[in-house]
Amino acid sequence: MMKRGILLGALAAVAFSTGAAQAAESTDRPHRESWSFAGPFGSYNQGQLQRGFKVFREVCASCHSANYFYFRNLAAEGGPGFSEAQAKVVASSYQITDGPNDQGEMFQRPGRLSDHWPAPFPNEQAARVANGGAYPPDFSVLAKARSYHVGFPGFITDAFIQYQEHGVDYIHALLMGYVEPPAGTTVQPGLHYNKYFPGHQIAMPKPLSDGQVEYTDGSPQTVDQYSRDVSAFMMWLAEPHLDARKRMGFQVFIFLIVLGGLLYFTKKKIWKDVAH
Amino acid sequence: MEGHSTYQPQGKVARWFESRLPLVGLMHSSAVAYPTPKNLNYLWTFGAILTFMLVCQIVSGVVLAMHYTAYAPVSFARVEHIMRDVNYGWLIRYIHANGASMFFIAVYIHIFRGLYYGSYKAPREVLWILGVIIYLLMMATAFMGYVLPWGQMSYWGATVITNLFSAIPYVGETIVQWLWGGYSVGDPTLNRFFSLHYLLPFMIAGVVVLHIWALHHVGQNNPAGVDVKSVAKDTVPFTPYATVKDVFAMVVFLLFFAWFVFYIPNYLGHSDNYIPANPLSTPAHIVPEWYFLPFYAILRSVPDKLGGVLAMFGAIAVLAFLPWLDTSKVRSARYRPLFRQFFWIFAVVAVGLGYLGSQPAEGGFVIASRILTVYYFVHFLVILPVLGLIERPAPLPASIADAVLAKGAKGAALPAAKA
Repeated sequence: MMKRGILLGALAAVAFSTGAAQAAESTDRPHRESWSFAGPFGSYNQGQLQRGFKVFREVCASCHSANYFYFRNLAAEGGPGFSEAQAKVVASSYQITDGPNDQGEMFQRPGRLSDHWPAPFPNEQAARVANGGAYPPDFSVLAKARSYHVGFPGFITDAFIQYQEHGVDYIHALLMGYVEPPAGTTVQPGLHYNKYFPGHQIAMPKPLSDGQVEYTDGSPQTVDQYSRDVSAFMMWLAEPHLDARKRMGFQVFIFLIVLGGLLYFTKKKIWKDVAH
Repeated sequence: MEGHSTYQPQGKVARWFESRLPLVGLMHSSAVAYPTPKNLNYLWTFGAILTFMLVCQIVSGVVLAMHYTAYAPVSFARVEHIMRDVNYGWLIRYIHANGASMFFIAVYIHIFRGLYYGSYKAPREVLWILGVIIYLLMMATAFMGYVLPWGQMSYWGATVITNLFSAIPYVGETIVQWLWGGYSVGDPTLNRFFSLHYLLPFMIAGVVVLHIWALHHVGQNNPAGVDVKSVAKDTVPFTPYATVKDVFAMVVFLLFFAWFVFYIPNYLGHSDNYIPANPLSTPAHIVPEWYFLPFYAILRSVPDKLGGVLAMFGAIAVLAFLPWLDTSKVRSARYRPLFRQFFWIFAVVAVGLGYLGSQPAEGGFVIASRILTVYYFVHFLVILPVLGLIERPAPLPASIADAVLAKGAKGAALPAAKA
């Protein structure tokens, strides 16, 4: 009886303190979107990755680098599914600084598959001076480097439902989160109000608007669709082997369940005549 | 490891070798003939699971080290190189990163099993203390391993933890600079942590050998907590009985492990560690890996820095004195009605401290941490010594065989009662 009382007390204390923590968290929580790559059998949607790449290339890449992203990745398995020839065309449309040559000089040449995505600025200082002092983060692993607070007990159930899309949900919400600031909010000069950005004041101006990027596959040309597609593309950038990982996971599970079953009955048989 | 062997070398070569180095006999006596109590439950399979996890971490770690570079400007990129370009690099790295967590989950179950069944009591004090040493080495190894990807949490976690030593009076600052190899966490720190992170697992392996040696010398404890009276009646040979049970449990544990590796590989990590280390930008909340959280809560609950550090290390050190702090002669909580209740309260307190360690150190969280920290020490320093003196244990079974018989009778009585 006494033990139960203490347990209940402890649980009540935990419940109370979590409530307090959530009340203190003023930033809105991103909505959980449905992603093709979520869940145990999830995989990237090639069309979505190609659209996302288009948004990245035409909009995001003018300020954001993606230094671990190589042109060859465009033709890699589990990616946007471009052919090697297509990836070569994309690469050769960019001028890459190479060298030094035999004369000791740097020179420009068309990009190759083995080049990484050219950064829009030569260094952090140049990026900052062009962006009002803010440094646009590198896109390579950004979808895994962003998250939002879940709290108790959500963070426990997330392990069971295999929720790993904190980053993409946050990025999608952020791109959709440019709304009018609530009355009485003063937005600092050079900053922009965003519902989902921690602290609500973000240096990046609203990057996407309806109709800005042309889709040739008939998908809606809306900010919502652009945000979804570019978030999915960023997830692939951050986790290029996700498809292979989930596929292998299923094989491993089948193998372990069969092996475990055989071992269970072997164990039962061996212990049959021993009281234990 | 000695005295149980029935191994007779067959053939000329085997006899020749055995008379020069009795290695096969040693293996046979430790892993085949070794008598294990027949009433062990599945909590006793975690020793084998932990051995497997150590091997898993060493093997995956050695492969990772072939592709990793410990140099501050490139380490983050090298880890991403492993994740992207090394064949199955993502698999090896996710196994290693989640394997650390699995290692700790298994060791916590192993430790709490020891606490519940009194496995630290005579004659197993040395066995227990060796276990505490392994646990300490594991914490040091895991901490330094977390620094190697050189993300934000790596860098700032290393800064917070190494700064703890500055609380030592007079020489603290000097010690911290000596640990860093400079005036802040930097490339020299990263390099020495890599070196030590590679070294310590082999020291763990060495202490594990001693741990198993001590275990095989005194024999395993068991759920009834009574000594083996008759090897014939109370025990079964390790192989095949314990072997098959351990392997089955290991496969079940691997299913749990695989859930994390393949489906939620970043669940136990912190997203900030995918941001390259930046000495100029401090993360909003610096949190250590989950397995350190109870101790982190204890550290922060004391308002004084030195006091906090002492409390934190004290919380681990007190475990080493447990065999003498628990005054009860009865081992298993099965026959200790009062201790059993306090054991579960302690388990809830430990988990509660873990939760509080993950929360910002403010308001109600601080008060709750202080209450639970005090209780943590009261459990070891007051409750356990006093309980042994005032508690009236339930009658113990005369032997393991009797305990098994009683359990069998109870199981058989159930359907009868229904009818």
